[in-house]
Amino acid sequence: MNGFDKLTIRKYDLLITGVGGQGNILASDISGEVALEAGYDVKKTDTLGMAQRGGSVISHVRIGKKVFSPLIKDGEVDILLAFEKLEGVRWTNSLRPGAIVIMNNYAQPPLSVSLGVDRYPTDKEVTDIFKQRTDRIYLVDGTQAVTKLGNLRTLNIFMLGCLSQFLPFKVEAWEKSILEHLPERLHNINSAAFGLGRKEIKNVHVG
Amino acid sequence: MNKLLSGNEAIALGAYYAGIGVATAYPGTPSTEILEALASYEDIYVEWSTNEKVALEVGLGACYTGIRTLVSMKHVGLNVAANPFLAAATTGIDGGLVIVSADDPGIHSSQGEQDNRHYAKLAKVPVLEPTDSQSAYDLMPLAFEISEKFDTPVMLRTTTRVSHSKSVVNIMGKRHLFKKKPGFQRNVQKYVMLPVNARIRRPNIEERLVKLAEFAETFPFNTIEPGEKQLGIIASGIGYQYAREVFPKASFLKLGMTYPLPIKLLRSFAGSVKRILVVEELDPFLEESVKALGINVVGKEFIPRIGELNVDAVNAAAEKMGVLKKKTTLPAVNIPADLPKRPPLLCPGCPHASMFYVLASAGQRLKLPNAKVKESKESPLTITGDIGCYTLATYPPLNAMDTTACMGASIGQAIGMEKAGLKTKIAAVIGDSTFLHSGITPLIDAVYNQSKITVIILDNGTTAMTGHQEHPATGISAQGKKVGQVILEDLVRGLGISDVKVVDAFKIRELRAAVKDSLERPELSVIISRGPCAVRTPRGSDVSVIDSERCNKCDICLLIGCPAIQSDGEKLLIDSLMCMGEKCTVCQQICPRQAIKPSSQLKRGANE
Repeated sequence: MNGFDKLTIRKYDLLITGVGGQGNILASDISGEVALEAGYDVKKTDTLGMAQRGGSVISHVRIGKKVFSPLIKDGEVDILLAFEKLEGVRWTNSLRPGAIVIMNNYAQPPLSVSLGVDRYPTDKEVTDIFKQRTDRIYLVDGTQAVTKLGNLRTLNIFMLGCLSQFLPFKVEAWEKSILEHLPERLHNINSAAFGLGRKEIKNVHVG
Repeated sequence: MNKLLSGNEAIALGAYYAGIGVATAYPGTPSTEILEALASYEDIYVEWSTNEKVALEVGLGACYTGIRTLVSMKHVGLNVAANPFLAAATTGIDGGLVIVSADDPGIHSSQGEQDNRHYAKLAKVPVLEPTDSQSAYDLMPLAFEISEKFDTPVMLRTTTRVSHSKSVVNIMGKRHLFKKKPGFQRNVQKYVMLPVNARIRRPNIEERLVKLAEFAETFPFNTIEPGEKQLGIIASGIGYQYAREVFPKASFLKLGMTYPLPIKLLRSFAGSVKRILVVEELDPFLEESVKALGINVVGKEFIPRIGELNVDAVNAAAEKMGVLKKKTTLPAVNIPADLPKRPPLLCPGCPHASMFYVLASAGQRLKLPNAKVKESKESPLTITGDIGCYTLATYPPLNAMDTTACMGASIGQAIGMEKAGLKTKIAAVIGDSTFLHSGITPLIDAVYNQSKITVIILDNGTTAMTGHQEHPATGISAQGKKVGQVILEDLVRGLGISDVKVVDAFKIRELRAAVKDSLERPELSVIISRGPCAVRTPRGSDVSVIDSERCNKCDICLLIGCPAIQSDGEKLLIDSLMCMGEKCTVCQQICPRQAIKPSSQLKRGANE
């Protein structure tokens, strides 16, 4: 496929974004552990608002030979993994030019949209904003895929499957870390979600 | 072994290995996870205390028996615990006592920003500041050693980014076990702070500070990292990490103990570099002390004193100072300013939403943002509020909270408004955990001073906002054991309040009747609105559905502010994956056309 390659830089700054309850903190924990296992220095941090559910959640994962700041500098994000479209496009200014965007093709309108105060951006508007920084946009139908699989909560692991194709870490290390974080009854379905994500990303065209 | 740990997890593990026997806390972001991590160890005593003051007093008693003790809290928690904190500084300790103060620059989840190193200076006790999880882990045993060596409580101060970021920790060692059995040595000159004894202790505190300052000179976490002589950085906490990234070649004085300061070390560092920048989060705590020594440094004229620091902020400071050349910045992406924000919300099925809907209705505040009604007159109901998830009811569409100051303030504020002569009805709204933390004493004030306010206790059976910790009314301990349980209605009745109503949070009619009755009564009244937190409740299967034939799009259901009820401007729908179904049904109860039904009924209707 076109434009699909592993990153060949010395550091990987990942930004994982979504809506509270979508599981992106677990996804960021797993990414960090896999990188540590591979011998990198790692720092990760989450910023979330005051409540438990429903607000924007942003996780920074920094991987490199030696990492100081846990927060990524503006304009330095190498990969954006977005679980929801609005929560992805919001962070465009954080991306470095040519960054990789892996975005779940899913919209969850905030309350202000339901109340008719705000308008959810159209798909074209979202793409146009991203294109000011990068053309490498992978739109994946994660929510659809895991709904078919039968467990919406495996979305985060599906997204990790997509992400794993861009990072130089072993598939087994990903799988090991994923299973370590989940109760046994959820092992099979999450392994399946991870595999689906790895496959799906290869079928997606850039742009 | 290398592990990825958060600062809070590292503090907990470090304290456990340092041999603590007791740990106490009241939950508060960003400190909560310290006690949660410690609760998993069965060979120590761990408690959620009623509030931070109690936590520190329990901690003080424990350490008086010779047992190492950890007490953790958020920055504003130390305001509550300030009294025993200063008392502990006066009496000193027996077993080591370490108080973790987790400050929240940037106000991620607090009512304000404050730099608690000032408390250490006020109490004249040493303060240690980790820069990452490894140093948090390494500092813990030293903190206990300092405490015992100098007969003083020790403050370990973190900020949000240290507490809530994960970094690699090399975990060596194991739990340090003491043979010492708990025992209390009567010593009235040390432990009974009658003025005559306190006066004897007083000079000890000053002598202790002098000795600590001397100790700080060779403290292994106060270190010079030599680099180029052009620029020296004095840094502590997370500020060190940001500065290290921005100034890879500069000379550093990294301070792990920031009070009292190592004067000789500071002078020697100052003499070795041309120019010094102090990088610290929040107040110029180090900067002012260093300047007072006559050392020429810059700091807060370049480094922000408000909010969290980050690499961009330190970088901007360096450019402003002229020590870094301005890099050509990326042209900013043109993002429309009207991109909708996504603030946190009360959850679908939140037991608090229904009460706020009723209060907003009683206060004539319910209004859709775009509704074409004339500007509403002054609300006939003033609602003082408190700290918890429910503070979110301040936002539209509920608009149902008028004040939030600090834990427990709602009740006192309501009394004050009434006594000042405010003519509206007044209700104080407070959560169960917050009520137990700080609401009981003001309620006693209301009884004593014959206040006529209505106090509403929102009882969801947990401390929800900080992640569902137990509290005295749940009857479950921090370590998951069944323990004593305070019954809220018995407690309130015991204060001498006769009008106490307990209502089901999911029955709108019941809530309406209770609120109407209480507001009209010329006496103090308490309503306990009870319903389990939605996050801890399994979703019901019989979700609510909108019957599109009956629905006339009046949008009244949107006024609950339930995230599951969505509108695309044309039609209303309920997200079946978010709806709590038969566990809630509040939207079904308020729909004026009975157009919202359980899905089971709607299907049956369709088949008939």
